[in-house]
Amino acid sequence: MPHRLPVDVSTIPQKFRAPSNAATAGIAVEAERVNVVVVGHVDHGKSTFVGRLLHDTGSLPDGKIEQVKKAAEAEGMSFEYAFLLDALLEEQEQNITIDTTRIYFHTKKRKYAIIDAPGHREFLKNMITGASSAAAAFLLIDASEGVQDQTRRHAFLLSLLGIRQIVVLVNKMDLAGYSQERYAKIVAEYTAFLSGLGIKPAHFIPISARNGVNIVSKASETPWYTGPAVAEALDNFEAAETSDAQPLRLPLQDIYRYDERRLYAGRIDAGKLKVGDKLVFNPGNKAATIKSLETWNAPDKTEASIGESVTLTFNEQIFVERGNIGAPADKAPLVGQSIRARVFWLGKNPLRQQTTYKLRLTTQESACVVSSISRVIDSSTLDTVTSPEGHALQVNRFEVADLTLRTHKPVAFDAHDDCTVTGRFVIMEDSHIVGGGIILVSDEERRALANNVQAHHGDINHTTRAARNGHPGTVVWLTGLSGSGKSTIAAALERRLFQSGKQVYWLDGDNLRLGLNAGLGFSDADRAENIRRTAEVSRLFADAGIITIVSLISPTRDARDAARKRIGAGKFVEVYVNAPVDVCRTRDPKGLYAKADAGAIPQFTGVSAPYEAPLSPEVELLTDKLSVDACVEKIVEALHGASDFVAEI
Amino acid sequence: MDHLDKLEANSVYLLREAVANFDSICMPWSMGKDSNVLIWLARKAFGGKVPFQLLHIDTTYEFDEMYEFRDWASKWHGLDLVIRKNEEALKRGISYETHDALTVTQELKSVPLKATIAEFKWQALITGVRRDEDPTRAKERYFSPRNADSEWDYRDQPPEFWGQFTTRLKPGEHIRVQPLLDWTELDIWLYIRRENIPVPSLYFAKDGKRYRSMGCKPVTHPVESDAATIDDIIEELRHTKTSERAGRAAQDNASRNAMQHLRAKGFF
Ligand SMILES: Nc1nc2c(ncn2[C@@H]2O[C@H](COP(=O)(O)OP(=O)(O)O)[C@@H](O)[C@H]2O)c(=O)[nH]1
Repeated sequence: MPHRLPVDVSTIPQKFRAPSNAATAGIAVEAERVNVVVVGHVDHGKSTFVGRLLHDTGSLPDGKIEQVKKAAEAEGMSFEYAFLLDALLEEQEQNITIDTTRIYFHTKKRKYAIIDAPGHREFLKNMITGASSAAAAFLLIDASEGVQDQTRRHAFLLSLLGIRQIVVLVNKMDLAGYSQERYAKIVAEYTAFLSGLGIKPAHFIPISARNGVNIVSKASETPWYTGPAVAEALDNFEAAETSDAQPLRLPLQDIYRYDERRLYAGRIDAGKLKVGDKLVFNPGNKAATIKSLETWNAPDKTEASIGESVTLTFNEQIFVERGNIGAPADKAPLVGQSIRARVFWLGKNPLRQQTTYKLRLTTQESACVVSSISRVIDSSTLDTVTSPEGHALQVNRFEVADLTLRTHKPVAFDAHDDCTVTGRFVIMEDSHIVGGGIILVSDEERRALANNVQAHHGDINHTTRAARNGHPGTVVWLTGLSGSGKSTIAAALERRLFQSGKQVYWLDGDNLRLGLNAGLGFSDADRAENIRRTAEVSRLFADAGIITIVSLISPTRDARDAARKRIGAGKFVEVYVNAPVDVCRTRDPKGLYAKADAGAIPQFTGVSAPYEAPLSPEVELLTDKLSVDACVEKIVEALHGASDFVAEI
Repeated sequence: MDHLDKLEANSVYLLREAVANFDSICMPWSMGKDSNVLIWLARKAFGGKVPFQLLHIDTTYEFDEMYEFRDWASKWHGLDLVIRKNEEALKRGISYETHDALTVTQELKSVPLKATIAEFKWQALITGVRRDEDPTRAKERYFSPRNADSEWDYRDQPPEFWGQFTTRLKPGEHIRVQPLLDWTELDIWLYIRRENIPVPSLYFAKDGKRYRSMGCKPVTHPVESDAATIDDIIEELRHTKTSERAGRAAQDNASRNAMQHLRAKGFF
């Protein structure tokens, strides 16, 4: 293994050896550089602020400011600090900063790389590129304009990107007469918004970027302000994550084979490891003990921790591959094929359900489809976005959504709250990154995963079935009082759809109670379980491609909403079969009202148990006014609008 | 981990991602300080062995010592080195004596580079570009797609975050992988000193002058400096505010946007 030995310097000709002074030990390695990002609404003063910071900390090249002043004069323009940055970046002609750029500067304490992230909407992807490598962020707000769209949007993205150290700069205080009142108002408004995102800024600082107020030192213009100046706030930031207290996460990048030897390469994304540790790799659950930690041209190490790129050998032969994540046996990541996440979307094409994308999570890669979108969020207001039909089925560029992905093969992952790096992923379309997501795991999901309950999926899915049938599987859920007309309408609807060539099946509540649900009574708990099982069965039928008609009193909103959630909003058509209880009582096809009135049926809905009418059903049928045919037509109409319902019915 | 350890770890990560994602890779080698550091990092990443080809585009205008260094170092590191020059352009009489620097760079560097990429069908090129070199490089990505003409569309670059990169190619594209993007000139020298990395002696001052950046002989000029040792260089860089490429004025300053122009055209 000769290549493992340190390089023998004597084999380098004198000429090619860097000459050195006698006492070299004294020179220190550079202090760490901290990456900082500057974000905020367009024209709120980001470039001016960066120019000012460079100038006031003495970080500009010699003669730069004179040169820029002269150039401005020659153009007949008055000097702006933003020109400094533009000049450095050769971007004046753009007027807006076109791409993520990095500028180096230093305070007395240490060095910084500042990323002038643009505020222009269409450059959001560049901001994300810049911001994702930042340890901390400055968020600028124009004191006179106050909080704007991008002020909110950028904060939301910073929180998704995992940047926790944030300083809010209330800029252009000169235009606001350095008014404490104005400042306090913005602080109050923005603090409320940020707390909704779980962000607690390290500081708010009132500044004037143009006049250099509170940049490197506290200024007399804001005597009422007691916090630090910008430079001091910067120096208080911590450099990137260094704690190795979390359980080890070592995603394998590659395996190098040299003759007999196998070297396992990867970067430690969390925690630490040492020779002799037993690691388990997932997916696959393969265990091995670390034999050595190899380094070239340096003595072998015995331990390593977060951030280090390592090369390992193991005592055992172990068959693992790129993408497997090494972890302690008792603290392994979760493994599954269904991932719930909050995703920000950058793609030019909207993110759609049932479209295949590629998911990359550390060094793992798997095809995936979006199996459901539960909520689309406008990133500048945090409001839930609803599409015209009332179904949020796609995510547009720069929107954020909560959704569930189904991966083609098992993936190892963590909840983002437990481990940042293995708790997030990117989505690729063709060759490009089009979105990023952080993983959400509920306690219930964690339990299911821990019990090794795993969903399995073949190649044939909802979309392929829909393509063959000419329509997707869907659940039509008829709810209403006994005698309201559910069964009559269900039977007519089934006939209508069947005759037009659809795959259709009617699941009647009473029929299910004869078999699957025999043994369940009418207590609240049993009713809830009855509905849950019916929802599960109808979900399977719908997944099999069938338009599934459920007729079930299902009196509680909670139970129906749970069914909607389980089945998926786009595949669930809630039909409120509405007839006044008196009308139902006169119809009383099964003689139940009579029995209930006589006290022979306890807990009878409408008599001795409540019915909670749907608040916003897809369809409401007033059966005392409409004919059966008209009711059926209304449902068919709703089916067309419900989702990607393609066929003519 | 100190600052150099972190830079090294990240560069090793990037090199490994490149090798894991691409079947055929090349690293252009100028024999200058940055590309010597890159070779070193590759040996760190891959257990002492550089697992991809190296390429020297010979303009025939290198300093004599650079040829000497190339022949020695390629043996010493055990490199698989490809050497190419644009014979056709040289025959046509393209030279610094008769043409401007931009034309010569285009003909003797960019053209043969493009031809060699096509010849070997390399999917990825590993380059020693650093963000601190000049403002246009500040916009670079770690993995940067180039079209068949080696052009760089710096206005519409794919996003890059969380250690995930553009690694799938469209037909005719290749990817520039840039593991030194976060390093500064000072970091490079500190690392060379820590690791004892061999470098040409032209970087060290003789008679009050030294080279800070190496290019073609006719357009590369030494800077005033007394930094005769690596420690002197490090001291000098801690205090200098002049640009590293000041000594390559003829090539860079032809127009205000010369660098951007050159870069977009495939010169790195
Ligand atoms: N009065 C005043 N104007 C400012 C201040 N900071 C920035 N500006 C002006 O606001 C405008 C936009 O600034 P710029 O830095 O280009 O904003 P960016 O789009 O966020 O980079 C320019 O005209 C600046 O001169 C400030 O502190 N006070």
